[in-house]
Amino acid sequence: MRQVSGVALLLGLMALPAALGQRSSESPKYSNQSFAIVSFKWDHVKEPYIIALWILVASLAKIVFHLSHKVTRVVPESALLIVLGLFLGGIVWAADHIASFSLTPTVFFFYLLPPIVLDAGYFMPNRLFFGNLGSILLYAVIGTVWNAATTGLSLYGVYLTGIMGQLHSGLLDFLLFGSLIAAVDPVAVLAVFEEVHVNEVLFIIVFGESLLNDAVTVVLYNVFDSFVAIGAANVTGIECLKGIVSFFVVSLGGTLVGIFFAFLLSLVSRFTKHVRIIEPGFVFIISYLSYLTAEMLSLSAILAITFCGICCQKYVKANISEQSSTTVRYTMKMMASGAETIIFMFLGISAVDPDIWTWNTAFILLTLVFISVYRVIGVIIQTWILNRYRTVQLEIIDQVVMSYGGLRGAVAFALVALLDKDKVKDRNLFVSTTIIVVFFTVIFQGLTIKPLVQWLKVKKTEHREPKLNEKLHGRAFDHILSAIEDISGQIGHHYLRDKWSNFDRKFLRKILMRRSAQKSRDQILNVFHELNLKDAISYVAEGERRGSLAFIRSPSTDNTVNVDFSTPLPGTVESSVSYLLREKAGPVCLDMQALEQRRKSIRDTEDTLAHHTLQQYLYKPRQERNSSVIPNGNIPSENPVQDFTLKEKDLEFSESEENNDYETLHLGKGVNFLANVTKQNFTDTPAGDMDHDVEMTEYSSSDDQLNQNGNVSVNPLHFFPSCLQMPWTQNYSSLENRGNISLSAVSEYIASCDPNVPDLFWESGTDMNNKETVNSGYCSEVSFKSENSQEENTLLMFEGLEDSYIKEPQEKKMLLDIEGNYRSAAARRVQSRRSFHRPKPLHHPKLQKLASLPASCHVPPHSLEQEETQL
Amino acid sequence: KMFSDTAFVRDESQEDITTEHSVSHSQITRLYSRFTSLDKGENGTLSREDFQRIPELAINPLGDRIINAFFPEGEDQVNFRGFMRTLAHFRPIEDNEKSKDQNGPEPLNSRSNKLHFAFRLYDLDKDDKISRDELLQVLRMMVGVNISDEQLGSIADRTIQEADQDGDSAISFAEFVKVLEKVDVEQKMSIRFLH
Repeated sequence: MRQVSGVALLLGLMALPAALGQRSSESPKYSNQSFAIVSFKWDHVKEPYIIALWILVASLAKIVFHLSHKVTRVVPESALLIVLGLFLGGIVWAADHIASFSLTPTVFFFYLLPPIVLDAGYFMPNRLFFGNLGSILLYAVIGTVWNAATTGLSLYGVYLTGIMGQLHSGLLDFLLFGSLIAAVDPVAVLAVFEEVHVNEVLFIIVFGESLLNDAVTVVLYNVFDSFVAIGAANVTGIECLKGIVSFFVVSLGGTLVGIFFAFLLSLVSRFTKHVRIIEPGFVFIISYLSYLTAEMLSLSAILAITFCGICCQKYVKANISEQSSTTVRYTMKMMASGAETIIFMFLGISAVDPDIWTWNTAFILLTLVFISVYRVIGVIIQTWILNRYRTVQLEIIDQVVMSYGGLRGAVAFALVALLDKDKVKDRNLFVSTTIIVVFFTVIFQGLTIKPLVQWLKVKKTEHREPKLNEKLHGRAFDHILSAIEDISGQIGHHYLRDKWSNFDRKFLRKILMRRSAQKSRDQILNVFHELNLKDAISYVAEGERRGSLAFIRSPSTDNTVNVDFSTPLPGTVESSVSYLLREKAGPVCLDMQALEQRRKSIRDTEDTLAHHTLQQYLYKPRQERNSSVIPNGNIPSENPVQDFTLKEKDLEFSESEENNDYETLHLGKGVNFLANVTKQNFTDTPAGDMDHDVEMTEYSSSDDQLNQNGNVSVNPLHFFPSCLQMPWTQNYSSLENRGNISLSAVSEYIASCDPNVPDLFWESGTDMNNKETVNSGYCSEVSFKSENSQEENTLLMFEGLEDSYIKEPQEKKMLLDIEGNYRSAAARRVQSRRSFHRPKPLHHPKLQKLASLPASCHVPPHSLEQEETQL
Repeated sequence: KMFSDTAFVRDESQEDITTEHSVSHSQITRLYSRFTSLDKGENGTLSREDFQRIPELAINPLGDRIINAFFPEGEDQVNFRGFMRTLAHFRPIEDNEKSKDQNGPEPLNSRSNKLHFAFRLYDLDKDDKISRDELLQVLRMMVGVNISDEQLGSIADRTIQEADQDGDSAISFAEFVKVLEKVDVEQKMSIRFLH
């Protein structure tokens, strides 16, 4: 497929070795001269330099476009980029009079298309996709064949009438052109539809069609290309039959290659626990290999990488760490968005080349008319057939949008650029027409589709907060429907999905998922977890709103009391270590292994803390609450500890399976933490307050202002009424742009007040010497000179808490001892505030996690793109 | 004689059911043959055991609840009419039904009836409320064994809290409808019965 002709490459990375070779051949010449301190070696860096410059220009252009909301709201970015490309191409041509830059098929198919398709596959809303797979396949296969055949035949018919004048093409050439212009383009569809936000069913049908029609396009293109090559006279029935067979081979083969690599990728990601740093790399490399392998076997590469993404997403997301998941997400979005930008800009630039232009008004206009008309007819006929079988009917409005959304794009351009001028005599005309068609659909239809959608009042997607009820009852609905299908004895979607999920649970998950992930991958549980996280954030936001963030920024008046505790307490150490690691150590420390180890231990403790906090403070089952209130001020001694560690294990979302020392750590922390909590309940709360919840006493002991509020409400959720009523959506942009309680506000706030935190902690927890150490090259000293006695203390804290429990039992004893023997009221108050610090470090990582919460199906695959900075 | 009896019952009931639930003849015929194939006792009614013989239903976490929904209060046999009555809940809502006059009895496949069907699966004691215990039972069936009771408890609590408006720590049907108002129940609780 797509044998790439040896076109001169602009972006071709292969040119780099050539440039290097050139340099080495020139080097003897230079050796005669004296040594030059500075030499200008443009040729040496030329190729990558130009590539980088173009990428920079395209990215800067994106920034510029988004400076004005008015423009981007009306004009799709893809159209703007094409215009920019035309403009830049014009400048280059005016300066050089050679059109040296163009979108070459090699670069497009090998480097620009894969990231976009992988992104689409990896973030494909699977349930929606497979729920509509039948419709998608019909549109993709029959629709594309229909478009290709009718367009090609009609053009040929008109050509016979003589309107187009004299061309050098026969029927096969027209059919070849029809087949390459027929396919709806995934890149163009994504670029336009993601700004339109039509409802998800409509989106998935148009987008799915554009992805899956690749196999048809490839086969049709190859078949007609070879037919043209062997000449019309030699085409026999057997050749046609071969073409049909090759369609099945190409499409099913491509899909199978994708599934195979998805399996491989999932399996690999199961064992990357100790190489977290390169974990995201596997996702990209293995997916890319699936693309290349399919290309090598001349199967549908787009199908391969799409299905690789679709099939692996569930297992990979469950296996890799939260950070890796975020990395994958952002890298993928960045590459896809970048590739898309470059594609559209270079489509514009490629058009500025007088050599490729051949104008034939009748041919070009008729092509435009035919592709539009036949698209409409095709959609209407197919929808009529489909609606007899679909539960969700596709209405007239949907059909209009589907017809209008049939955008052609870079795939068609790259395919037409691949044509051999010797075989296809009218190549230039085809190229010109393709460019016009692409520009027309992307610019004109892209520009008008938004008003059209608004005018027709097409149902749009709405982003809303996930509700536990919706998830739970939705699950029940699924079970009900599959039961009804079983009872009525028909094999439908629900039946098949049930069968698949049983198979998945029994076999696939056991092979492809980590043991810990197998447990925690329940969607209801995930939603529950998410909601708890949001509560945690609302809690900070609410505190911020009330201006009582005393628990984050310690008032300086208490510093004198803090001196009483010379031993660092877990809470303070945690905060400061986490903070310093995150803010300072990261970029400096070069020992990846060490960094990784530390990060991991801290992440685990943070997770632990997060769970503690969430469980203890933010949400507490009603029934449990009553039992956990300490009656008559008695400290529950053994049972709660047991309880707590048990809960700990159950809640452990990160993997603790193979690490027994982590278990120990958690157990230790659990004991410690609980000792803290119960202690406070015992000591800090007046007897009259005893019937309040644990979390209430916790708050009230730490902050007077919160205390008043806390007493009012028994219901922990009503504790932050306004926050909880704030609609939280999963949409990234809305998350970041939301006003008062937004993520950005919270994180900004934390960023603004954090610098004080470590100082305070250091003052309270350690002596001044240590603080000095910390401030001067903390990371490098600590990580490389651990034998230094002064560092020992710091290192201890730095390495996470496990050491303090595992290696130094007396230390642990001391900590518990201190907690067990409070004397002064001031000490108790400080202690309570300290323990309040403890949840603090979770804000940072948890906020980040929220930003990377599993994108639900409502987020269209490309929507991260909308997350551009709004200026 | 036996043969003519069944044929008679079949014709009569089919006519009625066709008009009652506005299902097509071919659908009725297909479902009737399904009904008879399930009816191992060959007495024109289905018992719980007949349903439980369906292998997929046995592993459906809500299988027993759904089977129960087919049986009217206190009975343990269901005839074809009753069978169809339950299935009719899941018929998709046609376009022409949306604009139907409001006076007539609400069709079984209305949104409200679909929701009520689901609601009854939770509400074991039929007090028109989903209590914490009832919710917990369903949760345990659906979410599985990997999760501790305590965690399930907090999920149940949170679920109730999310829906509860009058503060009785239970979900009434009105609250159930309200909390699912954004969900496309018409679509999610419908299947297209084959012809």
